Amino acid sequence: MKQIILTVNDVNYELLVEEHEMLSYTIRNRIGLTGTKVGCEQGSCGACTVLIDDVPALSCITPVMKCVHTQILTIESIAKDGKLHKLQEMFVQKGAIQCGYCTPGMVMSAVGFLKINPQPSEDEIKEAISGNLCRCTGYKKIISAISEYAAESASDKSVIADENDKYLSVGKPRPYIEAEKKVKGEADYADDIKIKNALFCKFLRSTHAHAEIVNIDLSDALKLKGVRKIITGKDLPISFGVLPISQDETSIAVNKVRYIGEIVAAVAADTEDIASAACNLIKVEYSPLKTFFSIKDSLADIEEKEKIHSHCRYNNNVHKKAELRFGDQKEGINNSSISHKLNFTFEGINHGFTEPHAATAYWDENGLTIITATQVPHYLHRFLAKVLELPMNRIRVIKPYVGGGFGGKSDPFPHEIIISQLSKLTGKPVRTRLTREEVFLNNHGRHPSEITMEVGLSKEGKVNVIDADILLDGGAYGSFGVVTTYYSGVLLQAPYKIDNFGFRTRRVYTNKPQCGAMRGHGAVNPRFAMESLLDELAHRTNTDPCELRFKNFLPSDTLTVGQFRITSNGVVESMNAVMEKSEWKKRHGKLPYGKGLGVACGVYISGSALPIHWNEYPQSVVHLKVDLDGRVLITSGASDIGQGSDTMLAIIVAEVLGLSIDNVFVVAADTLLTPIDLGSYSSRVTFMAGNAAKMAAENLKKSILDSVSLNENIPVEELNISKERIFSNDKTVDLNWKEAVEIATKKVGALTVSGNYNSPKLGGDFKGAGAGLSPSYSFGSCIAEVDVDTDTGEVNVLNIWGAHDCGKAINPLAVEGQLEGSWHMGLGQAVSERMKFYNGLLLNPNFLDYKIPTSVDTPPIDTTIIESIDPEGPFGAKECGEGAIHPVIPAIANAVFNAVGYRITSLPINPEEILNHIKQKY
Amino acid sequence: MQTTINKKVYNIPDELKDVRLTDYLREYLDLTGVKNACEMRACGACAILVNDKSMRICHATVKDVENCDVLTIEGMENEDGTLHPLQQAFVDYGAVQCGFCTPGMVLTAHALLLSNNSPTREQIRKALQSNLCRCTGYQQIVDAIEAASVYYK
Repeated sequence: MKQIILTVNDVNYELLVEEHEMLSYTIRNRIGLTGTKVGCEQGSCGACTVLIDDVPALSCITPVMKCVHTQILTIESIAKDGKLHKLQEMFVQKGAIQCGYCTPGMVMSAVGFLKINPQPSEDEIKEAISGNLCRCTGYKKIISAISEYAAESASDKSVIADENDKYLSVGKPRPYIEAEKKVKGEADYADDIKIKNALFCKFLRSTHAHAEIVNIDLSDALKLKGVRKIITGKDLPISFGVLPISQDETSIAVNKVRYIGEIVAAVAADTEDIASAACNLIKVEYSPLKTFFSIKDSLADIEEKEKIHSHCRYNNNVHKKAELRFGDQKEGINNSSISHKLNFTFEGINHGFTEPHAATAYWDENGLTIITATQVPHYLHRFLAKVLELPMNRIRVIKPYVGGGFGGKSDPFPHEIIISQLSKLTGKPVRTRLTREEVFLNNHGRHPSEITMEVGLSKEGKVNVIDADILLDGGAYGSFGVVTTYYSGVLLQAPYKIDNFGFRTRRVYTNKPQCGAMRGHGAVNPRFAMESLLDELAHRTNTDPCELRFKNFLPSDTLTVGQFRITSNGVVESMNAVMEKSEWKKRHGKLPYGKGLGVACGVYISGSALPIHWNEYPQSVVHLKVDLDGRVLITSGASDIGQGSDTMLAIIVAEVLGLSIDNVFVVAADTLLTPIDLGSYSSRVTFMAGNAAKMAAENLKKSILDSVSLNENIPVEELNISKERIFSNDKTVDLNWKEAVEIATKKVGALTVSGNYNSPKLGGDFKGAGAGLSPSYSFGSCIAEVDVDTDTGEVNVLNIWGAHDCGKAINPLAVEGQLEGSWHMGLGQAVSERMKFYNGLLLNPNFLDYKIPTSVDTPPIDTTIIESIDPEGPFGAKECGEGAIHPVIPAIANAVFNAVGYRITSLPINPEEILNHIKQKY
Repeated sequence: MQTTINKKVYNIPDELKDVRLTDYLREYLDLTGVKNACEMRACGACAILVNDKSMRICHATVKDVENCDVLTIEGMENEDGTLHPLQQAFVDYGAVQCGFCTPGMVLTAHALLLSNNSPTREQIRKALQSNLCRCTGYQQIVDAIEAASVYYK
């Protein structure tokens, strides 16, 4: 006997089986799914047909050992939620069932066949079921049931369940195209790529939080054997910053330092150890300045010369103010039957990607090349040009495999600019790799913030008003901070309908490592405040928190109060899914003291409608090339950082061209070889690069079909492209892919085409109207179950049920991975992660003291993908990489309230506060 | 000194005995599947197998593996170049996203399955608790290891 795990109808069965046992026996006798019939035990009657990886198979002659690692579907999986599948309904209606013994196998053959050919002719149906014997019906009614079903589903586009049947590649779970390389350890990340004779660069970092640099003495360091070059701020004086409006940073501190850890000097030496030793020999004399470590410090009035940055416009360290108001918040509060106001505080969070920043730069006859772990090759390209005063055509940025980003690799960074300069000055390649401590000091993580928010409800339970005052601790430099300042407010105007909505945000500079964009950028902490207040109001009005939300959801195809255009919207479906999976109605409010369920929702953008640099270029371009070997080459600037965008591009192009994915090849994120894409941030890649890829593939398809049409003298409307064949409706023309490519190449010369994407013009015409505009928004819901230890106050998250509307899952396996990863990251912010500072010194810049949830801390996660089919997304897709993080954090906190009646207003959750509450109460 | 790495015997000169083991594997042998990530034995990206036990080596030197049997991710695949079933399961179950934790994760899981070929999901999670993954939320990793356990029976 052998022990195996068999996946049947999405359930994993652990089974003991005989080695030569047939699948039909296992399914019927060991699992007990007797819908699958055995009619002949020789593979000749089809009664035993099941789907193995979506392909009909005769289970009576398929050894079960061959089915491990496959997805098996039996007739029992076809009816869902107690309702017959439409095909089954049609069998019933058309009288295609008599004795019924052949029916399960017949239905399975038809289901499998229709997936590949959703619009079959009668002859094709006959052929498809020719392996299924029926002794009763004479087949006629069976054939008409299948063909009527096919005709109906073609006309009914709203049926999401049937969406996947239309596609060959889209919607099919698929491992990443590079997954094998990664699992073998063969994927080369930045530090794995060896450029011969490279020097190693190390950085001397400031020990002062705010100080003038009086003198730097390099003499001892320069004497050390093996030191090739040392540079300081005066060697790279030009400022930069990812946003054109915040060019407030230099690669190496010039004249003064603004946080502990800022780079003061950089050494290129023969080895890493020599470079480190040289750093220790550099003597820097500082003259300390007044320091600012908290939001309060930085809001206080100060003198001009005390400011962290001289460009601050007010008499304090405020970097950016944003305020938008719609309706009347005062009126809104007055008209509310109940309102509630709370103050929230949030600690700073670091991305915690596993791969530390690393890069190698070298110069040759083509100018500068840098290979670096980045999410934004294009922005790095621009700022290398600016700081090094080089034309862009002398710079090449290459992104190798990147070990996670989450926003932490979405700025141009000092180390990238410094090694480029050192390579120029030494004439040798220069590489670097930051230590984990340096990664934390580099930061650009989620802003520590303080939020005061008031929410009011009408007597009907409608959200009448949101008024928020938001303070962000930006650290020493701007980074994406101006965007964060707006996102903190504007993304509150969905998923609920609100007429009186207003916010003010102020971002301050402090003497700490800078904050920037991190997964869910800007919206995570305000979302926590909003969802906590809704929970509190539900509690105070004795309303089920899910029901309160149902009353307030925005519909599809609407405008928000600030004129965001909402198109597809699956928030209701996401809420229904998590309620059902968690058995909310049965269990909420009925758990014993200490245990609780909490719910929350969220919304996020699918890319920003406005580019960072205002220009008329498309936001994403994809080129395709195909010639003799028939393989389609995709070139795209989109940056795969582990989220699977290369695979997404391949699936989309394969789908449009009716090719298998083995016939496409992706080259991405190399500024010399690939066209512009703005990068992997703001959840833009699937929507924007995906649309560009789809357009490119459609252009290629058109070019090929036009040529075949001319060549074969047949109207182009009669030509089809599917499963690597180009054929006419009447099959008089039937070419394989390579034959068609050859005809097209002969007609048009080189087959190279492009596609691009630019967001439509959206939004109002008031100041600040552009912030948060996106061509599409994702929605989601989470329910968390917690167990609060009433002796210690410790919160143990037992379960997370999450549902996210990603429009359409181009690759469901990747979407699940993004969602589960987001919920896991949110769990960390909720219960364990914080950057701890003491007078500007980061106390926990390492993975022992900065607590990322481990496999043991992460509970089982139940994942539901909602597909609302976005009208403008590629195949209906929108974002899934960031939006899911928003609801999970407040869901956990709301579950704590449900468990012990304590309202969490600061993150991470502090068990001591909870314990104090429990003690006071009992 | 002598040591066996991926079934090949290496005679290592004495002057390399104090070199950091990660540097030796990555820089001298080009076994770059071993990753530097936290440098304080906290994240497991540098985990390899030493005498069939998972070991985080960012604080180790070459002499720590004298006369040992070392396995890195490069030695994991089958002799015909196909993936080891555990690696295949990581691929099939979507357990690989950015891939940076993957070599250490696979080797730690391999060590677990060598000592316990039918671990519960809890035992799997426990065995991985010193291997941090920031992408997956661990769910698909646990799924992959659970599925691959049949091959260790």
